[in-house]
Parts: sequence; C-alpha cells; structure tokens
Amino acid sequence: MTELKVGMSPHRVGGFERVTGAQEYLADIAFSDALYAKLVTIPCGRGRIVSVDKRAALAVPGVRLVWTSDDLPQPVPRYGPQYQDRPVLAVGETKFHGEPVAAVAADTKDAAEEAARLVKVEYEELPGVYSVEQALATGAPLVREPELRPDDELAHSNVLTLRQFGWGDVDAAEADVVIEESYSFPMITHFAIEPHAFAAAPDDDGIAIWSTIQHPYLLQRLMAKLLGMPLAKVRVYAPDPGGGFGGKQNIKLEPLVALMALETGRPVRLVLTLDESFQASRRVSAEVSVRSGFDRDGHVVFQDIRSDYMLGAYADIAERVVAKSQYTAAGPYKVPNVRITARSILSNTTPACAFRGFGTPQINWAVEGNMDAGARALGIDRAEIRLRNLATRGEDVVPGDTPADGLWPETVKAAMEAIGWDTPLPAGRGRGIAVGIKSSATTGLSYSTVRLLVDGSVLVFAGTSDMGQGARTIFAQIAATEMGTTMGSVSVVMGDTAVVPYDQQTSASRSTVFMGNAILRACRDIQAQVQAMAARLESVPERQIVVDRGVVSLPDRDVPIIDIVRAGLGKLGGEIIGNGVYRKEVQPDHPLGGSPAFYEFNCTAVELSVDDETGHITIHDHVIVGDTGKSLNPAQVAGQDEGAAIMGLGHTLMEHMILDEGGRIRNLGAIDYRIPTSMDLPLHMRSAAIENEDGPGPYGSKGVSEGGLLSVQSAVGSAVADATGVVIRQLPLTPEHVWRSIRDARQSGSKLPSR
Amino acid sequence: MAERLTINLTVNGRPRELDVAVHHTLLEVLRDDVGLTGTKECCVVGECGACTVLVDGRSVNSCLMLAVEADGADVTTVEGLANEGQLNPLQTAFLDTSAAQCGFCIPGQLMSATALLDEIDEPSDEQIQEALAGNLCRCAGYEQIFAAVRQAARGRSA
Repeated sequence: MTELKVGMSPHRVGGFERVTGAQEYLADIAFSDALYAKLVTIPCGRGRIVSVDKRAALAVPGVRLVWTSDDLPQPVPRYGPQYQDRPVLAVGETKFHGEPVAAVAADTKDAAEEAARLVKVEYEELPGVYSVEQALATGAPLVREPELRPDDELAHSNVLTLRQFGWGDVDAAEADVVIEESYSFPMITHFAIEPHAFAAAPDDDGIAIWSTIQHPYLLQRLMAKLLGMPLAKVRVYAPDPGGGFGGKQNIKLEPLVALMALETGRPVRLVLTLDESFQASRRVSAEVSVRSGFDRDGHVVFQDIRSDYMLGAYADIAERVVAKSQYTAAGPYKVPNVRITARSILSNTTPACAFRGFGTPQINWAVEGNMDAGARALGIDRAEIRLRNLATRGEDVVPGDTPADGLWPETVKAAMEAIGWDTPLPAGRGRGIAVGIKSSATTGLSYSTVRLLVDGSVLVFAGTSDMGQGARTIFAQIAATEMGTTMGSVSVVMGDTAVVPYDQQTSASRSTVFMGNAILRACRDIQAQVQAMAARLESVPERQIVVDRGVVSLPDRDVPIIDIVRAGLGKLGGEIIGNGVYRKEVQPDHPLGGSPAFYEFNCTAVELSVDDETGHITIHDHVIVGDTGKSLNPAQVAGQDEGAAIMGLGHTLMEHMILDEGGRIRNLGAIDYRIPTSMDLPLHMRSAAIENEDGPGPYGSKGVSEGGLLSVQSAVGSAVADATGVVIRQLPLTPEHVWRSIRDARQSGSKLPSR
Repeated sequence: MAERLTINLTVNGRPRELDVAVHHTLLEVLRDDVGLTGTKECCVVGECGACTVLVDGRSVNSCLMLAVEADGADVTTVEGLANEGQLNPLQTAFLDTSAAQCGFCIPGQLMSATALLDEIDEPSDEQIQEALAGNLCRCAGYEQIFAAVRQAARGRSA
C-alpha cells in the first residue's frame, strides 16, 4: 500500500469534509441559546470619544448588553502577545480606524446589528500618524501614551524599539562599487476567506473559548491571566481555520467576547465581516534603505541596512516580526560586514501582525534590489552575482549562528535551468531571479500523544492548527508509516486545549519539524513498549527484537506490530499510549532568544512582458524551487509553494491598503481591495523541491509554507527592469504605477540601457 | 420586528416551506434557517464567491439574492452534490488533485465548477478560469482546482 509511506500524496485528511460542506468552521458551530455580538466603530483613524448614547440601542428588543470601556473592569484590561497594550474596548480615544468603541450582544443577529447602528457615538477627530514620516515628525502625536511605557527611553516618541544587529566593520570595509537605494513595501491585508470569528461560554467554574486562532495555547495563557483563572479552567477550542497566513496567530477580540459571556452567563459569538477582518490584522509595511558595497568581482563587501517598519496602533506580534526578519536581513549570502538598524514604529493604523514570510518579503525587496543594482553596475549576470555570494551547506550567513543548511546554489541552478536563464530571451520579455531565506522558529515546544488501539487503528493528538497547510495529513502519514497501518486507520485530534497536549505555536513553517518530531517520538515510545511486550510474549531478550515501523522482527520471524499488540493486551484489550516531546530551548544570550531551527530557502525566477501602453505585467513563466529537505507530501508542498507564490504576486502586482488623510481605510472590502483571482495567474507556473534529507524534521524534512513568497516581488521587479529598462522600488507594481514609472523614466532619461 | 413572508424552496431536492425575514439573503436563510452551513459567508458583496449556490441551475452569489427572490426556486448547495455519502466525480477530483487546502472557498468553487460543467462538457482552460474568476482562493490552489475541473470533465465525456 503506497499510501503508508511519507513521500506520497494521499488524499488530504479532512478533504472529504471540505468537499461536502461538512467541515465545521467556527461560524458554522451551532451554540444553544447564544448571544450575537456586534462591534460599534467610528469612521475615523484617531478620534476622541466625547460621549456614547446607548439608549436607542438598549431599547431594541432582544438586546442584552451594550458595553463601552466604562462598563469593563477598571482599569480596563489590556492584553497582547508581546506587550500588554490593547484595551478590551477603546479607552478615551480610538487609536485606529475600526477600533471598537462599543459592543452589543443580543438574542439575534438582526437585533445586534440594529442596536450597533443605533449606538450614538459623538466623537472628535484627532490628529494622528498614518505614515512613517508623520510618526517620526517632530511633535508628532504619540500613538501609545508614555505612561504605558514606564522605564522606556523611547516613550516620548512613536518608535517602539530600535534593533541593531551586525558583524564585521562596515565603515572600514573597502568596496569598488557602492549602491545606495531606498525601497518601500505597502500595508496589505491577509484576506483569509474565512473572516476572524470568536465565541465564549461559561463552562462550570471556568470558561470555554472558541477562536479561529493559530496559537490556541498562547491564547489560553493570555486569557487565563486576563480573567484570573487557572489554565485548567480556560478551555480553548480551535476549529480548523479557513486560512490564517499569520493573521490569526494571536489574540484579537477573545477578551471582549469572554467578558460578555461571563457577564450574561450565555454563549456569545462574534463573527467578523471581511471588512472588520481588514481592521483586525495586516502586514507590517516598510521603508528600507540599503547601502551595499561590492568588490569588482561582485562579492558583497558590506551591507548597511536601515529599515523603518510601520506597526499599527497596538504591537500585536509585529515587533517580533521586525526583529526576526531583520536578523537575517543580509540574506542567504556570505557577507563579511553587516550593519542592520531597524526601527519598529507605531502608527494610528490597523494593528500589524504576523503575515506569511514574517517581515522577510519587505527586506528581501530591498536587499535583492541592491543585488541587481550591483550586478548592473559591475556588468555581471544577475544570477551569477547571487551564486558568487550564496552560502552553501555549513557556511555562515550570520556568523556563529545556524549555518546554511541546504544546497542553496544548487537550488538556484535548478531554477535557472527551469526558466531557461541562459537561453535567448524572446522579444519583448524580461527575466528576473531572486532568492530568499527565512529563519524558522528559534525556540519551540511540542508535545504529542499517540494511542495505538487494540484493532491497530491510531489516534494522534497534536495541538497544531490545520489552516490549510495540511498538518493533519502529514501527521497521519507519519503515524501510519510508524505504526504500519493505513491512512484511513489514523485519526488526528486537534483544536481542544483540554484534550490535546501543549503545542507552542502554528507558525514559522515549524509544525512538520516540531510537531512532526513529537509525533515520531510518541510512535517510538509505542514501538519500545511493543518491543518489551514481544520480549515478554516470546520469552526472548529485548535486544533480540527489532520494531521497525509496522513490523516486529523476532529472532525467528517477522510479525505485524498489531499481532504483538493484540496478544500482549490480552482479553481486556485496551491500547498502548506513546508520548513524545520535541523541545528547542531558549538561549538567553541570543538576540532572538534562540538560533534558527532551520532556514527556509527559496529561489524564484520569472519571465514576463510589460504592456507599454497600459503598464500591465503578464507573467509568462514563474518557477519556484525550494529546499525542503524531504517533501513528506509532494502535492501539499506544491500547493504551499505555488499558493505562497501567487499570494506574493498579490503584494507584488496589486495589493495595498489605501488610507485617506484621516487614517480611514479607503479600500475596505473585496470590491476595492483586489487579490489574485483565477484570471491573474502566471501563464505557466512550476515548483520543484531540492531534497537531500538534511532537515531536522522527520525523515530529514524542513518546513515549507513560506518559501514561495519570500522573493516573488524581487524576481518580478528584476524582470520588469529587464523588460523595460526601468527600475521600480515601490510596491505594488500596479499597471498605473508601472506605466507612470516608464513614462517618467523616459522623460528624465533615466532608463537603463536596453539589453 | 422585521416583516416576514412564507416562501417555498426546494433545497437539494427536498421541498421546504420557510417563514423568512424579507431582508434576509438566501445565504442567511440557507445557513441560519435551513441549517446548511456548507455555503460560506465572506465578503457579502458578491466578489469572493464563497457563498455560490445553484438557483434553478444557475450559479448565484447567495449573499446578493434575497431569500424571497428565490421563492419557488430549486436550490442546490454543496451538501447536495454527494449522493448518499458517495462523492460525485467533481468532488473526487478535488480530492485527487489536492485542490482543497483550508477549504473555506471550496464549496463555492465546487458550485461554480458544477454550473460550468453542466453547461459545457469539455471546457477549455480559458473557460475554466473565466467560470471560476468570481471564486477567490487565498490559499491560491487555483492550478489544483483547474486540474480537478479538467479531470471531472474528462470523466463526463469519457
């Protein structure tokens, strides 16, 4: 049975439910006697709340609660994964467009919506900061009150943190060519097709919380702290999210819903609209300046990188996004001298958070742009200059830290071969190539329990969230392989903190490695128990027995594992329970708290044409090659790589959140904010994996879910320059932006010489 | 309270008499009144296609249609595709090609593809892309979805 093995692509676990409509997402759960919650917002960015008149709202039949921050415990609880900065409801003023001023709970959705419309909020628009420039201006209004930043020397500015990394001596480095350019990367929104949703209900002397969250155990911890309850009294249900992409990593509006449920004694559900989801999460935008020094052979001598990443009104996990992406800002190269200066800047905008790539595409756009500029200045091929600088397995990228863990130059060569890099370019086309690395998780802790039941079927308990990446399938493949059974005999249990043991997070493409290893170890635990069982049954020493996956090798014969288990468990039956833990400890002296568990390395190459008249870009060929170590499920790897690539084309070609002068999002919702559709795809897209079984995960695997997105924008920008002679350094490359850039370059004579 | 009307709908072959609020969309009635939650809500402005159902055989964004407008209609939702637990060839094709990732858009994709295949036996790639242009997939499993539709089309014409 081929489906037993990893490296195959069996049907997705949960696929049947997804094609029949039976998959139960949070909004599909029927709660008995539930209240419907609805948020009340005001149409401005930063605004002072003058008064809130609830009378009309309270008069709506079926309305049970109309709350403002005055109705909450005082001081109003604040929370967040990195800083305790976000209040349950706006206190005194809104900090960003869409921050809830009040919330309603009612017996029906209609009543909640009607009451929310009838809450009368009198407000006064206040000056806010909606760009990096405004946030850094002298006398700029402060996003976070200085009293909330005790002992913080930056408290009287909008700079939340200043991060510095580096090695060597940039100032002393001598270069033959120096390139200095500035780049910008816009705010974009996650646009998971499932909007965020939350519910809570009293649960005996504790509380049950449902969330579309990626990190249920971190939510459990933060909620326990906020509510003053023991962890064991906070039960988090995390149904499979309908797409997460980082936007659902962390706590959002669960505290409000939980407090409402405790107040009313009834279940409360809050399902956001897509528009409200836009106001719940976004990618960190960035302005990056890079000064790069090259010797005449194209070796990078130094990188001097200054990044301003614009966070929102509350930090969420965005400061970590900045720190982690900046740590590897110099890319997958051997650079002897590096200086990285990164500021996390607060603004009166949607709280920015994790987003697939975790800050890397922003810095990749800039650093890869300078690699191209260096190549042009030196007359070196753009792929060649990368090959000359790339680290390969065992070589440092950040000196003293996790070295390059794959055959990166080979990965680039595979992409070059696939796109036909050295073949003649068809008329009117341009090609581009770019590389990216992202650090995976720096610490980690995953527990798994695997139960081998008396009939040979298997239950796997894993606290990962399957949000489309296919974690259930991978875990079932591992368990089926190790327990010698079929995929159909394995069930993977997730999404309930009272039932499933602890898992730190579902992010950083870590689950195959961290949870996968925990499951593998739990299976090994079972195999060890079976070995002891066989020794007892056969009266032979344990050392003469080998349990290899589903087969027990006795001195005289091989038997299926289930035969030993059945005999060993005897008349009462029962099961064998295995436990596995995979842990990567905190390194207190490490700037990130730990070294990268592995790197995701990816090379993207594209061939495209640009319509001179309209500025429209047509991608004729798009190649993605990642170093996966071992693709445990090739179809899912392709789905992740190609899906990531297309998502990357979104921020490259079309997506950006547009604010007006008052900080209001002008393109709020699906009509005005476009993401790639079936009509926006490359004419041809291919992905491939380099597999050398050199990763830390089961069977030599690494994580894969972000690689295809890391350098899309850089490869496309490179190809646009190749096709048109015009270098564009501000995303997205919308037709209008491209057309204007070409026109401006022609008028100013700054076009590059044609190839 | 809101005005209500009685309507008759045939949903996945089963006739139903429903007392609905006149301002409720077909999407709301299917999910909240009929209890069929396979049809998904996302953008509610007819752009994302997550709520696609068939109304008298035509694919419709159920968020844009009032339930009362569907009075007398024959409605098919994703729950109506399988027959007594047996997946139809299109559903099987979606599994075979790993087209469903997070799965939230998949009911809508399936319904748009069903409408396409009901109209055109062997659609071209361009016709498939156009037919699914109103169904957003943020996981961007578009190539796998196209492959599934092609597989199902081949099965029909074989």
